[in-house]
Amino acid sequence: MSQPIRIHAARDFKERSLAALNDPAQRKNFRGAMDFLQMKRRAQFGDKDELTTLRDLGEAIRRYALANLPELLEQLERNLTANGIQVHWAETADEANAIALGIARRVDARLIAKGKSMVSEEVGFNHAMEAGGLETLETDMGEYIVQLAGEAPSHIIMPAIHKTKQQIAALFAEKIPGVAYSEDVDTLIRIGRQVLRRKFAEAGIGLSGVNFAVAETGTLFLVENEGNGRMCTTVPKVHIAITGIEKVVARLEHVPPLNSLLPRSATGQAVTTYLNLISSPRKPGELDGPEEVHLILVDNGRTQAYGDLQLRATLQCIRCGACMNHCPVYARIGGHAYGTTYPGPIGAIISPHLRGLEATYPLSFASTLCGACVEVCPVRIPIVDLLVRLRNEAQAREGSADATLRGSGAARTTLVSTIWNGWALIYSRLRMYRITSWFMSRGRAQSPVEQGAWTRSRTPLTPAPKRLRDLIKETNQ
Amino acid sequence: MEYAQGFSRDYPAKPADVYLFATCLVDQFAPDAGLDTIRLLEREGITVHFPQAQTCCGQPAYSSGYPDQARAVARQQLDIFPEPWPIVVPSGSCGAMLRHDYPKLFAADPVLAPKARALAERVFELTEFLVHVVGFAHDDSGAPCTIALHTSCHARREMGCHETSAALLAGLTQVKVTGQARIEECCGFGGTFSMRFPDISEAIVSDKVDSLRATGAERVVSADCGCLLNILGRAAKLDEIAGRSEATLPGEHIATFLWRRTGGEPS
Repeated sequence: MSQPIRIHAARDFKERSLAALNDPAQRKNFRGAMDFLQMKRRAQFGDKDELTTLRDLGEAIRRYALANLPELLEQLERNLTANGIQVHWAETADEANAIALGIARRVDARLIAKGKSMVSEEVGFNHAMEAGGLETLETDMGEYIVQLAGEAPSHIIMPAIHKTKQQIAALFAEKIPGVAYSEDVDTLIRIGRQVLRRKFAEAGIGLSGVNFAVAETGTLFLVENEGNGRMCTTVPKVHIAITGIEKVVARLEHVPPLNSLLPRSATGQAVTTYLNLISSPRKPGELDGPEEVHLILVDNGRTQAYGDLQLRATLQCIRCGACMNHCPVYARIGGHAYGTTYPGPIGAIISPHLRGLEATYPLSFASTLCGACVEVCPVRIPIVDLLVRLRNEAQAREGSADATLRGSGAARTTLVSTIWNGWALIYSRLRMYRITSWFMSRGRAQSPVEQGAWTRSRTPLTPAPKRLRDLIKETNQ
Repeated sequence: MEYAQGFSRDYPAKPADVYLFATCLVDQFAPDAGLDTIRLLEREGITVHFPQAQTCCGQPAYSSGYPDQARAVARQQLDIFPEPWPIVVPSGSCGAMLRHDYPKLFAADPVLAPKARALAERVFELTEFLVHVVGFAHDDSGAPCTIALHTSCHARREMGCHETSAALLAGLTQVKVTGQARIEECCGFGGTFSMRFPDISEAIVSDKVDSLRATGAERVVSADCGCLLNILGRAAKLDEIAGRSEATLPGEHIATFLWRRTGGEPS
């Protein structure tokens, strides 16, 4: 909550977004990809009535799960345990990593093959494992590219969306021994797969995320397109799944509607290539499957959102990424500029709970509140209302009733508060408004030519010679 | 916020009287749009009442994260429409503030919450009102022209007014409304967003100007002055930078355009 952090959060975001805006190649990548994804999604939801019904259902299922979260998590643990899946609870990122490291040491694993998991990004899993002497290998093609480049994902579904095939070709030729430069996409994928295929057999542990954890049956539901998720969860001797506590759903019958919304909203696919329902480790007599299955349930700040009835809606998210695919700001600055694991609108509303408002408050302001995200959200998260709420929190007076979150007040400055107090004084007192706007009209010739940020990009705003209220008075006389 | 769930609401019969909430932008920067709104309504035999006590809907503070200041300003608007007449707003954005955000802003206040809800029920965006309540039908007397329509995000996503704006323009026989790349995308204004993040805002509005220019339309028409000030201000700045003396992308409020096309005298 100290001053330097505040200044850095805003300045760093500005610097990163400016750098992104001034990178025409990357902007073209994002724009093209977002246009494509929007078109694909539109094609999936041609039937508006069906979409409305599905969204109603999706929202209701997620709200039901959150309304009963403590009971459902207990039920999930009971049923997973009965199925032979070991459940671990992690309040923080460090705890989650320590649990995974403990398992790795016990089974003497040296390599962890990873399926795609944003929660593992969130807790800094790879870094923690490497610090503990383990090797991690991303096996999702996009994640593999990003790991090879030493970068972070720029999108929650398409982690390497910021890269062109030329950049990937150069990366592969540089980093993978014996690989020649090729821009052919099929060749690039074949190269990546050859590397990965060898590694699955070596990995002592396979890590995966979870899309939905079914409390009723103790089942982990996981979707993916590349088969690497199936490999990570079946080939190594130990499978560790990691996910947030909000991913629980009550019943198995709640999965199909959500799974109808998820890939269609995310990539515009009717279904993903693979659906994995993981209900136990290898049973006696079975020929394959892991000998141990673990689930690490991560809080990492989610209970802060859960504790507030309005902000709880944040946890309805099923991580489809449609909000970022349709966001005019994300389309222009890309994912890295946000500086958080989750970028775009969902990143702006979830990150303050994970990392506190001091480090993340600029994100809630970096939106025009256009509502494109709300329009496409498959579970109807009221993102705009939540952004406004976070803006309130970020500028709330310390100790006031509006300051309820970690880091509340981090964006508050005396100057800006004073400006808004002055503004409210003028516009809430008719006499003040009349006088001020009268002077603005009369003084229009002296209107400043420099109007700060406005005139850097636009011609100056000039008041009309006569206000509407005066013109109406004149007409009525 | 209804957001693509359909915007069906019950519309009253054409009333004898309406209130005009003109918005602070129209009052100070675009009074012609206000006058033309009055003319359009009075031609239909409706008496338009303009409460002189109106100032601003409070949205600038509300969306900037200053709810107390927004409430102080919004509070002043709650008592200035005493008769049960419809309140017409020539802006989808300010209209959405009155209609959808006032009930939220005053939700915790036992006295003002019902007041805010009752007021919200009477709020209509201008084009919505012209289509659904007035049944606007006038002959187009202008010369053939091609225009582009920009609908604000709030008009589109909170009020459903992109359809009513389009319907009014479709009724003008000599007017062709062009298609437009990414018509549903924001213009990048976002109120104080344009001041807080000027570079991102400029990137978005520049793209909007590009796609509007690419239509070849002779002008852009919109039912929201905020978007118009942003888009036209950017287009004019680009003209200035390029040393062009003629505006390459002029534009006007839909009330002014409708009034002019259907035989009204210009302001």
